[in-house]
Amino acid sequence: MLLRGSHVYAEAAVRAGCRFYFGYPITPQNELTEYMANALASLPDGVFIQAESELAAINMVIGVSMAGKRAMTSSSSPGISLKQEGISFLSAMELPAVIINTMRGGPGLGNIAASQGDYFQATRGGGHGDYRTIVLAPGSGQEMADLTRAAFEYADRYRIPVIILGDGMMSQMMEPVEFPDPIDPKSLPPKPWVLDGAKDRPSRIIKSLILDTSAMEEHNWKLFRKYEMIEKEISQVELFLTDDARLVVIAYGTASRIARGAIKRVREMGLKVGLMSPKTLWPFPKRYLLEMSRVVTDFLVFEMSTGQMLEDVKLSLEGRRRIHFYGRPGGIISTPDEIAKVINNIYFKEGLETEV
Amino acid sequence: MLIKTVFSGFGGQGVLMMGYILAVSAMRGGMQVTYLPSYGAEVRGGTANCTVSISDEDIASPVASSPDYVIAMNNPSLIRFEGQIKTKGTIFLNSDLIDIDPEREDIEVFKIPANTLAKKMGSERAMNMIMLGAFVSKTKITSIDSLMNGLTEVINTKSKKQVEINRKGLEMGAKYVLKGEWGCLREKLN
Amino acid sequence: MKKVFGKPKCLKDAVFHYCPGCGHSIIHRLVAEVIDELSIQEKVIGVPPAGCAVLAYDYFDIDIGESPHGRGAAVATGLKRALPDRIVFTYQGDGDIAAIGTAETIHAANRGENITVIFVNNGVYGMTGGQMAPTTIIGQITTTTPGGRNEKRDGAPIDLSEMLALTTGTVYIERTAVDTPKNIIRTKKAIKKAFRVQMAGLGFSLVEVLSACPTNLKLSPVQANEWIGSTMTTYFPLKVIKDKVGKLGALPHLE
Repeated sequence: MLLRGSHVYAEAAVRAGCRFYFGYPITPQNELTEYMANALASLPDGVFIQAESELAAINMVIGVSMAGKRAMTSSSSPGISLKQEGISFLSAMELPAVIINTMRGGPGLGNIAASQGDYFQATRGGGHGDYRTIVLAPGSGQEMADLTRAAFEYADRYRIPVIILGDGMMSQMMEPVEFPDPIDPKSLPPKPWVLDGAKDRPSRIIKSLILDTSAMEEHNWKLFRKYEMIEKEISQVELFLTDDARLVVIAYGTASRIARGAIKRVREMGLKVGLMSPKTLWPFPKRYLLEMSRVVTDFLVFEMSTGQMLEDVKLSLEGRRRIHFYGRPGGIISTPDEIAKVINNIYFKEGLETEV
Repeated sequence: MLIKTVFSGFGGQGVLMMGYILAVSAMRGGMQVTYLPSYGAEVRGGTANCTVSISDEDIASPVASSPDYVIAMNNPSLIRFEGQIKTKGTIFLNSDLIDIDPEREDIEVFKIPANTLAKKMGSERAMNMIMLGAFVSKTKITSIDSLMNGLTEVINTKSKKQVEINRKGLEMGAKYVLKGEWGCLREKLN
Repeated sequence: MKKVFGKPKCLKDAVFHYCPGCGHSIIHRLVAEVIDELSIQEKVIGVPPAGCAVLAYDYFDIDIGESPHGRGAAVATGLKRALPDRIVFTYQGDGDIAAIGTAETIHAANRGENITVIFVNNGVYGMTGGQMAPTTIIGQITTTTPGGRNEKRDGAPIDLSEMLALTTGTVYIERTAVDTPKNIIRTKKAIKKAFRVQMAGLGFSLVEVLSACPTNLKLSPVQANEWIGSTMTTYFPLKVIKDKVGKLGALPHLE
C-alpha cells in the first residue's frame, strides 16, 4: 500500500489497538489528525476529539491512559513543547502513552520544513523533573508502521510515554508499506493498576504529588531503575555496510536515508564507508557504537540540526575515536551528493584510503 | 536505476494526482517508489508540486534537487524548475498554458496542448491525465497497462464515470505521443 | 444505642489537614455523602486539582486520578470517554478552573462532556499562600494585591459559571455556599443533582461552592463565613445559573 507517512502512523496506531486520539491542528502533520478522525469515527469503540489545545490533548491522553486504554496524540515541534507538561506527568505517574512528533524547523514558530532540532527535547525528558521517555526514530514508511506498533507495546510494557521522533518529510512522503495484522483492543491483557471504579477491590490512586522527600527520592530511583532496564532491553540500531568500514556515518530518520544514498555513491568509488542508524534515540544504542569503535577509527555524525545527537556519540565514545560532524539545520534537506562530498573529504583528510 | 520526476502546476490542475497515480503504478510494477508532495502554505490555493522517485533499489532521498523529468503545467512551474533539470533531462510542457520557451539547450522539451485535447475529449478536467499519458508513453517509465491499473486503484472509491473519463484521458495522451503529433522543441540531444 | 451520625462510607479514616474553618472539609464530606447515597462508590473516579484539595486522595476511598494544574476537565474527558458507564467528577479550586484551566474547562463544557465539576471558589490562592485569584473581589487584599484588587490593573473577578452557562453543552450549573447550615444543605442538594445529571447521561454539570479560606483572608472562621454572606455573594450571587434538566428529560426517581 502506498501511503503518506502521517497516514502510516495513524493506520499503524489503529491496528495497534489504539481507539483514542486527541490532537490539535499543526502543519506538517494535519493529515495524521484527519486520518484518525475518519478511522476512529468508523469504529464503534473509537474516540476522536479535536482538542482546544495541545495541553488539553495530552491531558485527555492522561485520562484515557489512567483508564487503561491505549491512547495517542501527535503534533509538530511547537505543539510538542506545549505537551511537555503532560509528558512529565505521564512519566511521573508511570502511564503509557504514544506521542508522535513531526519535527519542523525551529526554534519558535520556525518553519514547516523537515528538521531534527528536537533531539535534545525528546531524549532528555523534555519537561521538568528527573525522567526519560523512550524515543523511536523511523527512517522509512515501513519503519513508521513497525515502530508505531512497537511504541504501543513498549509504552504498556514499561508504563512509560513513548515519543516517535520523525520529521516533516517522513510525514509527508508516501512510500509502500505493509501493516501487521490489527490487534483487537479487547484482546490486550488487562492492566492491574487502572482506575475504573473501586469495585471488589481497594480504591486506587494515580498521582504525581509526593511531598515526602524520602518517598520522592524512592520514586525517582524506582524510575531510574526502570530506565536502566529499558536501556539494557530495547536499544536498537540498523547497520548498513559496516563490516569492512573505515568510516561509519551515524544518522537517524530522514538524515539516515540521505546518508545511505551518499554511502552507495562513495562505495562505488571504493571508499569503505558504512552507516549506523539508531532506531532508539533514547535509550541511545551506546553499546553498538562502543563495539564498532573497537575497529572503526572515524565516525561522521550527520544531523538536520547544528549537532544534538552528536553529544550522545561523544558521550558514548568518551574521546576514544575521531568524531566528525556535518549538520544542516533550518529545514534544509541535504542531497546524497552533498554528503558524499563530505564523506570523501574526511576520508582522504584522515588518510583512511591507506591500507593498515 | 533511479528516476526522479517533478509534477508542477497550480492548485486544481491535478498535479498531485498525476504523481500519485504514477507512484502507485510503478509500485505495482515492482519498483521502489517515494512520493513527496510540496506542503504547507504554498499548497493551499497557489502552486503545487510533487516529486516521484522510482528505482529498482532503496531510495535515499525523496527530494529531487536535479530531476530527470519535469511536467510543467503553467508558466511559473517552467520558470521554477527549468534550471533544476538534469543535463539531458526532459521537460514536458502544457503548451496551452505555457507561452514561453525554455532557454536551456541541454534538455529535451516536449509540448502537449493538454487543455485543447481535453476539450476535444469533452472533459477539461482530464487534462492532467492527458499529460500523464503522454509522459509515460514517451518515457516508458512504467507501462501504460500498469498506469491504467494504478488509475483504477487510486480512484476506485469514486464513480465509475470518473474512472472512465480519466482512463480516456490517459489513452488520449498516450496516442497523441504515438502518432508523433506533438510539438517538439528539442529532441534527441547529442 | 442507635447510631444517628457517622462518617460517610467513602471517606477514609483520616483526619482532614485543612485549616480550621476551611470549606474543603465540609465540601469533601458533602461529596462523600452524595456518593454514598447514590451508591456509586464502586463506579466513581475523582480528579483532584493542584491546590489545597490535591490531597483529596488521602480522604476519599474511591479511585482518584490526579490532574496537572487546571487540566482537570481534559483528564476527566479522557476518563469518561474511555469509561462512559463510570461516574467521573473533578474537584477544582478557583485558580485551577478559572485561571490556568479556563480553556480546558470551557471547551469540555462546550462539548457537553458528561462529567461533574465541583468548583470551590474561595477568592484566593490558598496553597501557594494567599495570592490574587481570578475570583478575588475588587478591593480584596492579597499578597499580590497589597493595595487591594484594582479593576483597572487586575481586571474584575471572573464569572466563570455564568460564562459556562452560555455554552450549549452545559446542562446544570448552580452556585451555592457553605457559610451557613442552610446553605450547606442546599449545596449537598446541588451536588447530588449534578451527579444525577451525569448518571442520567444528560451532559455537563457544575456546582460552584463559595467557601471560606480564613487563613488567607486573615479572618477568624466565623468572620470569614460572615464575609461570604455579606461581601462575596454580592459579586457571586447564590442561584441556579442554568438548569436544562426538565427540557432534556427528567432525572430518574430516587428511592
